[in-house]
Amino acid sequence: MIINEIIEELKLNQVSGEKDSTKTVDGVYICDLLSWVMANGSKGDIWITVQTHLNIIAVASLLEMPMIIVPESIEVEEDTLTKADEENIIVCTSELDSFTLACKLNEMGMQ
Amino acid sequence: MKLYYDFHIHSALSPCGDDDMTPNNIINMSVLKGLDAIAITDHNNAANCEACMELGRRNGIIVVPGMEVQTKEEVHVLCLFESIEKVKSFGGELDKHFEWIRNSEELLGRQLIFDENDELKGEEKRLLIHSVDLNIYALVELAHMHKGIAIPAHIDRKAFSLIANLGFLPPDLNVDALELSKKTTLEKFIGKNPMYRKYRFLSNSDAHYLYDISERDNWLEVDEKDIENIFKKLRRSNKEESK
Repeated sequence: MIINEIIEELKLNQVSGEKDSTKTVDGVYICDLLSWVMANGSKGDIWITVQTHLNIIAVASLLEMPMIIVPESIEVEEDTLTKADEENIIVCTSELDSFTLACKLNEMGMQ
Repeated sequence: MKLYYDFHIHSALSPCGDDDMTPNNIINMSVLKGLDAIAITDHNNAANCEACMELGRRNGIIVVPGMEVQTKEEVHVLCLFESIEKVKSFGGELDKHFEWIRNSEELLGRQLIFDENDELKGEEKRLLIHSVDLNIYALVELAHMHKGIAIPAHIDRKAFSLIANLGFLPPDLNVDALELSKKTTLEKFIGKNPMYRKYRFLSNSDAHYLYDISERDNWLEVDEKDIENIFKKLRRSNKEESK
């Protein structure tokens, strides 16, 4: 599934990374313990987390997860966004909560 | 000389701390254990530090005032200070970042404040065990602004620990030391995590009950047994740099 289509469909607010991205994602992972994500996340996943610390970008880069969605309109720190731009990780915020985001992604065909 | 310590002890102010964790009980037990220095570190509050410090002075044991703060990322960080004035000024600033949620005594336990005679002075009604609205960088900076030191707590544990919650220790985070829980040893931890060997480590009890307080197991090498020398030692967060 193409990232740009997801951003449009879910009306996400993109706050870092390349615009109009044609990169693809093929799964969703939801967890807020970064150690757990490091152990269990997969390449190509969208990662949904309430954590906004700088380390989320390092974890996403490490696991080659191209996109992070921060739910419930949580503000993301400036340092984190700067790092996300450097690493070209697409960070988006949403008013929706993690469950609703996951449901909508599933409706779009994400398995 | 060796200074035997336990820098992570909860009093009955912490809802999870036993109601028997009164200033006199904590001090007397610590003296019985043969410790030279302890720190009182309740969750996000220091209201029992003053009574414990007074009793420490009377009983010849160093009491370091502090608290265990929970950051926005739900990471626990021990913040220790050189004086009651400093912990109070730090606490005043911290309160500005703390949401007022009422404690549920039935569910979580009472939050008791004592004087030096173990007379109940009051009860904290705000729930003390939740996060302050500061990230870990901001918290470490705030502690340093008040001449304190910041030590991520029980980093080997699976809950409320820096490594569990944030995956790894950010190299630019200016912490003074790292704390290991009773469940591991320095040798075991460094064996698994060699990248952290340059940090200073402390091993504390995280006592919530009197019987949890450490024996004479852990020590710091200090020039003199006083609070100034403890801070002189611990402020050197990076052992490589301090050489």
